Amino acid sequence: MRYTRTSKALVLSAALALTLSACGGGAGSTGASNGSAGATGGAEGSSTAVITANSTEPQNGLLPANTNEVGGGRVMDLLFTGLVSYDAAGAPVNELAESIETKDATNYTIKIKSGQKFSNGEPVTAKSFVDAWNFGAAAKNAQLNSYFFESIKGYDKVSAKDATVDTMEGLKVVDENTFTVELSRAESDFPLRLGYTAFYPLPAAAFEDPKAFGENPAGNGPYKLADDGWQHNVQIQLVPNADYSGPRKPVNGGVTFKIYSTFDAAYQDLLGDNLDVLDQIPPSQLQNFKDDLGDRWVNQAYAGNATMTIPSYLPEFQGEAGQMRRAAISMAINRQEIIDNIFFGGKQIAKDFTSPVIDGYSDSLPGNEVLAFNAEKAQQLWADAEKISPWPAGKVFTITSNIDGAGNKEYIEAMANQISNTLPIKAELNPIPTFKEMRTLVGEKKLTGASRAGWQADYPSLYNFLGPLYATGAGSNDGDYSNPEFDKMLTEGLSATSVEEGNKIFNKSQEILLKDLPVVPLWYQAVQGGWSTKVADVKFGWNGVPMYYAITGK
Amino acid sequence: MITFTLKRFLQLLPVFIGATLLVYFLVFAAPGDPIAALSGGKPMNPAVEETLRAQYNLDQPFWVQYLLYLKNLVTFDLGQTFSGQAVSDVIARAFPVTAKLAIMALAFEAVFGILFGVIAGLKKGKLFDSTVLVASLIVIAVPTFVLGFVLQFVVGVKLGWAKPTVGVGAPWSDLILPAIVLGLVSLAYVLRLTRTSVIENKNADYVRTATAKGLSRRRVIVVHVLRNSLIPVVTFLGADLGTLMGGAIVTEGIFNVPGIGNLLYSAINKGETPTIVAVVSVLVLVFVLANLVVDLLYAWLDPRIRYV
Repeated sequence: MRYTRTSKALVLSAALALTLSACGGGAGSTGASNGSAGATGGAEGSSTAVITANSTEPQNGLLPANTNEVGGGRVMDLLFTGLVSYDAAGAPVNELAESIETKDATNYTIKIKSGQKFSNGEPVTAKSFVDAWNFGAAAKNAQLNSYFFESIKGYDKVSAKDATVDTMEGLKVVDENTFTVELSRAESDFPLRLGYTAFYPLPAAAFEDPKAFGENPAGNGPYKLADDGWQHNVQIQLVPNADYSGPRKPVNGGVTFKIYSTFDAAYQDLLGDNLDVLDQIPPSQLQNFKDDLGDRWVNQAYAGNATMTIPSYLPEFQGEAGQMRRAAISMAINRQEIIDNIFFGGKQIAKDFTSPVIDGYSDSLPGNEVLAFNAEKAQQLWADAEKISPWPAGKVFTITSNIDGAGNKEYIEAMANQISNTLPIKAELNPIPTFKEMRTLVGEKKLTGASRAGWQADYPSLYNFLGPLYATGAGSNDGDYSNPEFDKMLTEGLSATSVEEGNKIFNKSQEILLKDLPVVPLWYQAVQGGWSTKVADVKFGWNGVPMYYAITGK
Repeated sequence: MITFTLKRFLQLLPVFIGATLLVYFLVFAAPGDPIAALSGGKPMNPAVEETLRAQYNLDQPFWVQYLLYLKNLVTFDLGQTFSGQAVSDVIARAFPVTAKLAIMALAFEAVFGILFGVIAGLKKGKLFDSTVLVASLIVIAVPTFVLGFVLQFVVGVKLGWAKPTVGVGAPWSDLILPAIVLGLVSLAYVLRLTRTSVIENKNADYVRTATAKGLSRRRVIVVHVLRNSLIPVVTFLGADLGTLMGGAIVTEGIFNVPGIGNLLYSAINKGETPTIVAVVSVLVLVFVLANLVVDLLYAWLDPRIRYV
């Protein structure tokens, strides 16, 4: 799921804890510590209270393959359920999948549980998945998540401009409850992806009139849309779906998403008990939210990070001298100082290119000392680089960033100061007014210096932090990084037949990144949230989104 | 009078076309690609990107885009938002809320502004006058968002007299607090304007004559002083209705009011041309209409002003 403009821009601060388990209750939340409710919806903790939570207006109609931002994503995840869902720690749990089997990481046989149905009465079958995926991938339907089906054989044909084919040859319905997927190359983490919004099934009604369906979707998830439930720009009301029998059974009487244009307004509502769950404390309140909320807050790492891209096409950062300069800049940044002073002691300094909440994460990869502040070493490296090829006289090292969200300007200016103070160059912020303009600049690949970047995982996998960002020609490879050795390792990791085996190879591939530093990792993102006095059992998932189904009223 | 009114209505047409053209151009010229922003930094299938661009005419040069927009406008089609809703629907939902808020704010500032202004003017130099003058100065000096946050926190969160934000359906009761915040700065101006005007007219010849004729003090103040003093105030209030509707962006943000201001703010962020142009055009229309009403009120307030 991608950042919304706001969430990307807003400062998310303070990750004190190392893992989800260590900090879920570490915030002193009574709710999180006894939060085993939810699985069964037992008598204790179960309630009929309707929970109110903050959200933003979904950017698009509620179609799985067209929902790529948090406002729509959190609603979709409650209205629909896919083959798997993720538990609080990000591990996949079978929802509709009976089994997902493969021998070669290329051909998958997927069996789904029988007897499931959509809220309009239509049964969920293998065809519901195959049709939905074909719909999502086909270019003519212009679905934003289309690229998610990239690895399925035949995607290139349905996604091409003026495509005449609209079904992928890699998808085959075997019988009512079984279908097979053939990928165009081995991908061991394919099953991990299947909990993402894009892979949800759809009933036949969705294809007849996608627009009308997107306004009033019939899903198969733990909740369904109330009658006239989506009041645009005001609220989205969900009520429990009695037909749902998966692991995310609701223990409350429904969830109402109130749509806010600012997190400040939502925060005031939270203080006034006019809102039950807020998943983002506004930057202006980061200093005092813990005092304001007593024990009703959380501060935990989620699957996202912040980095600084140094494009590979910059002549000063190529070759051996370039590598030294990248390391020098990385070591000139005192990450902890910035975290303490600008993010109020929160966040957690980066030790790799992924996130600590992802299975397989390691904080001790060989070569990660390049991410630690070391002024002496940085100056040494810079001097060595100068001997090979001198830095152009008078050239300023710029860091481009949009400044329409609070915090960006402050931390980048601080970072630029640290670089200027440590190294014999001048570094400064190149401010861009809006996120929109920033994306255009980065997309055109015409930067003359570094730029602010970050990534939020779509699904909990190490590969998701590496492949889409650093593989040659990958969709989000903003800095045009290319290293055949790294590409080869990614392919190897994907061909592994187990997730563990794959993770080992992916971590090995990160050692190459630590040498090349296509981006300079800064810190891991954390979610700061709070809840009202009227609810309990509030937990936040691996992606920073609250586990709404498990929240109980008091 | 009827010709005058008709003429003024006909003038709306060029104003409208001019406004849409200008706004359309500004949005077109603004840097940043809305389709790239739509994908939020994640990759996008090029074919999908192209389809979307074509769907919103973004692949066309400026004049073609604008003429296509006008063509649709003739059939009352204001275009679509990126989420596929008709812009006319979106505005039809947001407009009444902002109108309600602006009218409440206007009523608030008119009633209290004129009332306090008249009293202060009549009691020039007394304690009430000085207190009100100082208070109005403070209100003018403090930015709206500060006033908004403070009132929201004190009244909404601490005292619990009102909800901190506006609830579903934007009921009148929820809008009281934001309307006060929205109208407060204008109230200060109305008050000062009324006060000055009253002081001026209080010593005018016709007022002395009226008093000398033995009219009651009440009649002198209401009919002679007030009626003449209201002319500049009405001008201000009329123009202020347009300002209030446009200026609601800050207040609507603080109190999360689902109105025009919030809509415009998010549309600008997304670079959603049809919504921006439509909202701004509506605001222009409101502004022009309010000025028309002011002109008509003039004639009623001051028979010396005649339009042919």
